Amino acid sequence: MRLRQIRELLDAVIVHQAIPEDTDLSWAIATDLMSEVLYYSKDNSLLITGLTRQQAIRTAHIADIRVVVFTKGKEPDFQTLELAKDKGVTLLITPHCTFSACGILYERGMRCCPDE
Amino acid sequence: MSSHRQIKEGSFHILGGDFANAGEASTSIKRELLEMGVEEDTIRRVSIATFEAEMNIIIYATAGIIRYTITPEEVIIIAEDMGPGIEDIELAMQEGYSTAPDWVREMGWGAGMGLPNMKKNSDVFKIDSVVGEGTRVDMIIKRRRNETEADQ
Ligand SMILES: Nc1ncnc2c1ncn2[C@@H]1O[C@H](COP(=O)(O)OP(=O)(O)O)[C@@H](O)[C@H]1O
Ligand SMILES: [Mg+2]
Repeated sequence: MRLRQIRELLDAVIVHQAIPEDTDLSWAIATDLMSEVLYYSKDNSLLITGLTRQQAIRTAHIADIRVVVFTKGKEPDFQTLELAKDKGVTLLITPHCTFSACGILYERGMRCCPDE
Repeated sequence: MSSHRQIKEGSFHILGGDFANAGEASTSIKRELLEMGVEEDTIRRVSIATFEAEMNIIIYATAGIIRYTITPEEVIIIAEDMGPGIEDIELAMQEGYSTAPDWVREMGWGAGMGLPNMKKNSDVFKIDSVVGEGTRVDMIIKRRRNETEADQ
């Protein structure tokens, strides 16, 4: 699913964009637990999280995740935004909660990261 | 450091409780691997395993050091700390087991999957710990170039 479509479907705002809007993302993971991101994600995943902190950006960068969505409209603090810019992580904010955001994207064909 | 051109090594000091810089060491190693043109899958596995080791030093220990050696065949990561040590390593290795306090969980850590994550991403994984002294994790990530996609 393309970044543009994700933004539109989630009524999201892009607070930092590091890749073109027609970039295709293969699958998604939704969790607030960073070790789960590291364990289950694949490269080129979309991360949907309510953990709107630096840790989420750092973890995404380590795991080769290029796009992160913060849910429930939570604004990142200054350091988090700066880290996203520094690491080239594209950051979106959606007003929807994690559950709804997942449902919306699932309905349009986005799937979770496959097992090994 | 090494006289051999294809071998690169280095180390980073990690301070317990230093959440502001959490991940900097792993990120630096990742950058080094990228610059050396190491294959993506290896970089991802090294980065994830190192990041979890770095977080454990920051969360649980007083201080520690992460050493890395990159060769054409493998990447070696050694994470050693001065800290409380681990009483029951078998228990600590279980997925979901965690003694992380609530404030660490609020930062997204404490899922009890750090050590399993390190093991999953390394080809050789060894952990030694002495209660009251510290913990040492040794990891070797073998580089798989084109040929060995078959063993997946
Ligand atoms: N370097 C360390 N020093 C002391 N205890 C540790 C260390 N690393 C891990 N542990 C212990 O092992 C448990 C499991 O570690 P881990 O699998 O990384 O999960 P988590 O960090 O999410 O709790 C920790 O909760 C902690 O009790
Ligand atoms: Mg851990």
